Amino acid sequence: MLEGKSLACVRGERTLFSRLDFALGEGELLLVQGANGSGKTSLLRMVCGLLAPEFGEISWHGEAIASCRERYHADMVYFGHAPAVKEDLSAFENLDLACRLAGFPAGRDDVKGALGYLGLGHCLDLPARSLSQGQRRRVALARLLLTRARLWILDEPLTALDQAALHLVQSLLGEHLAKGGMVMLTTHQPVAVAGVVPKTLQLS
Amino acid sequence: MNAISALLRRELTLAMRRRGDALTALFFFVIVASLFPLGVGPDPKLLHLMGGGVVWVAALLAAMLSLGRLFAADHADGTLEQLILTPTSPVVWIAGKILAHWLVSGVPLILMAPVLGIQFGLSGAELAVLMWSLLLGTPALSLIGAIGAALTLGLRGGGVLVSLLVLPLYVPVLIFGAGAVDGAISGLGSEAHLSLLGGILILAFMLTPWAVAAALRISIE
Repeated sequence: MLEGKSLACVRGERTLFSRLDFALGEGELLLVQGANGSGKTSLLRMVCGLLAPEFGEISWHGEAIASCRERYHADMVYFGHAPAVKEDLSAFENLDLACRLAGFPAGRDDVKGALGYLGLGHCLDLPARSLSQGQRRRVALARLLLTRARLWILDEPLTALDQAALHLVQSLLGEHLAKGGMVMLTTHQPVAVAGVVPKTLQLS
Repeated sequence: MNAISALLRRELTLAMRRRGDALTALFFFVIVASLFPLGVGPDPKLLHLMGGGVVWVAALLAAMLSLGRLFAADHADGTLEQLILTPTSPVVWIAGKILAHWLVSGVPLILMAPVLGIQFGLSGAELAVLMWSLLLGTPALSLIGAIGAALTLGLRGGGVLVSLLVLPLYVPVLIFGAGAVDGAISGLGSEAHLSLLGGILILAFMLTPWAVAAALRISIE
């Protein structure tokens, strides 16, 4: 259970939002909506623990995230604007090392399988510099298939993806939610996950 | 531990794929040290006396040159955020990154130093002291430099700012490093200087990862 209480965010001189409350329980999808510059990314970075809230508290299972950092981060995966894909490493090495660094080592076949599922089976060993923008984001998204984290925090995961990948991501979200996972998501595209009515959080 | 070995493997693989970066700093080291004989003239006695200091100054500048790579690339492509969000304590992976940085940029300097020392007419025993002093000194340079690299992350003109921040902090390492070689040349012995260098290294190893973790936290916001 993830909870935010009376959160406020100030960037520079501007207050992006204040007195923001949200709660996210098992099997729930929270859709953060708002115009460009309304603080969606800041909110997500706050929830990850990358940005300290100006005011308010974020708690994970009733405990402030700052005081249970290791347990929280082991149970969370963040997908940000930058895909964290190294140009000099191949798609396979990127995903393999990303999983090891995040503390959930996956077997060779699992890594290959995850990349194959996202349609990258034919470019496993190509350096990521030769992949397109959308393919790089697919490499980053493949982490979602391997992680055992229950909380997914996804910042615009659908950008630069084609229709096929869009459906893949939506079905991934559906499976994760059906297993009792939690997803916090920002997007400007419509998201339809079968069997789930998303909660929305409107930033103005 | 698993995560740290993965990090080291990743850093070393990346360094192997971009050998040019490490080689640039190494050639810079060689060229700076080779400029001095051209500038001050070919007097063998003078060159012998200043050899240790020149190699040390050149090593220090070369170590600084490679600081930009320590966090900047990871910051730009989002890897740094992912590292911060791993369950591993930041102090541990920061120490791992600095170790990898030293292996890639510090160790080649130590191995190249005797070649440059010979240019200045240093004897075998003096070369050994030079290498020992660099072996203790270059990790300290990487550790101290990491604080500057973390503080200037994402700033415009970060490269120049890093030199202004870090060079004054390098002074003690330079004094004791060059002093050790001087001690060997003048026959006064270099043990005291080397012990002090070791002391600086231990202190830097214990304190800098915490400082870097705090600096990164500020830079990433």
